[in-house]
Amino acid sequence: MSFRPDIVIVGAGIVGAACGFELAREKFSVAVVDAAGIGMQTTAAGMGHLLVLDDSEEQFALTRYSLSLWNALAKHLPPAVEYSRCGTLWVAGDEDEMAEVVRKHTYYGERGIQTEILDAHALREAEPALRRPLAGGLRVPGDAVLYPPCAAAYLLQRAAELGAKIFLGKAVNSIRNGITRLADGTVFHSKFIINAAGQFAPKLTPGIHIRPRKGHLVITDRYPGTITHQLMELGYLKSAHSISADSVAFNLQPRKTGQLLIGSARQYEVADGNVDFAILSRMLKRAMEYVPSLGSLSAIRVWTGFRPATPDQLPFIGPWPDDPSIFLAAGHEGLGITTSLATGRLAVDFLLRRASAIPVEPYLPSRQIEGVTHA
Amino acid sequence: MPDSIVVWVAGKNVEVPKGATVAAAVFVAGAFCRTSPSGQPRTPFCGMGICFECRTVINGEPHRRSCQVLCEPGMVITPDEC
Repeated sequence: MSFRPDIVIVGAGIVGAACGFELAREKFSVAVVDAAGIGMQTTAAGMGHLLVLDDSEEQFALTRYSLSLWNALAKHLPPAVEYSRCGTLWVAGDEDEMAEVVRKHTYYGERGIQTEILDAHALREAEPALRRPLAGGLRVPGDAVLYPPCAAAYLLQRAAELGAKIFLGKAVNSIRNGITRLADGTVFHSKFIINAAGQFAPKLTPGIHIRPRKGHLVITDRYPGTITHQLMELGYLKSAHSISADSVAFNLQPRKTGQLLIGSARQYEVADGNVDFAILSRMLKRAMEYVPSLGSLSAIRVWTGFRPATPDQLPFIGPWPDDPSIFLAAGHEGLGITTSLATGRLAVDFLLRRASAIPVEPYLPSRQIEGVTHA
Repeated sequence: MPDSIVVWVAGKNVEVPKGATVAAAVFVAGAFCRTSPSGQPRTPFCGMGICFECRTVINGEPHRRSCQVLCEPGMVITPDEC
């Protein structure tokens, strides 16, 4: 066929969409291919938070950078994206967690992110629905939430306006040596192929260490004003990042519709997407420990999804050592919405051979090979 | 009416037979159950608790499915906004 893109992007989730957007803006000719549609897998299943996280220095650098890109884009986002800069409120249950609030405040502050420490009284004023007593909290005013599938659609629409071609409902059979073969027989020849297939990335690039990590979410009917910030328990990182065990953590979001999105749960080694009532019940009990009135609200939908998780909780962004035509942009676990724009920027920087705004080494796929050697 | 009860629908006094659903009372009152986010008035569709079109505020509690709740004397029923 006559269309010869510079770059083929496999995956129209938020990461593939962000790559398409950034590449099209730099005048690359781009094809984006997805087996289903725009943002229909992990992107459709997640909560859609844009937040800075300090689980590691590298994660902080990537999330902070990406959030700055979202901030610049925010004023252009159409209403359907439901962008809301509600801020995050990290909730401290006791004095130990309050010490963590202070540490976090200092850590963020030293790295240019302004936060505010709330004592028990201020926390009550900020979010009256939270249970009492609680020790306090940390407000991160720059964090936001949005509706991810519409954000992905917006990014791809912008890319298409700049000439990108989007192929939906087209499964990709293989990517290798600059050749992308679709199930329908179409073949693309390009200089680079970006594997942004998330949890399916290892199918196309065997050997990448990405495992699906199952999650559950609940959404309620509309109860506007119940809470005004995204609420997270400070134990979140502990439970979110324990590698093996099933875990739940309190995470509650106010959506623009007035609905409340209730999370979160993490499970490895569960292949089926069925709702698991045992973990759902644990998740909701955890949420009600923090916001007791949740128990009287009606939930309208429960669903599951899979995060593409890597062993060190950092995404793979960079060339794949086994095939110089393959650039990986996958493995963003539960932070792909936040880190998508930075991923797109790092991909463009690589292709243009220009310096990036943050050090790229921590995200290079080659670290996996080094990691295996040292394991 | 011997076996009848009186409820309030959107500020109006309505008499319905015992055993009537809240949705029926809303119908008798000529009112609607809720206003959709785009501002449209809504009334029951399925009548069996599945479609959630008939959500209404009962005694201050929002999002009750009016087709699934029986009237009780003095109930206060107002349109939901959802």
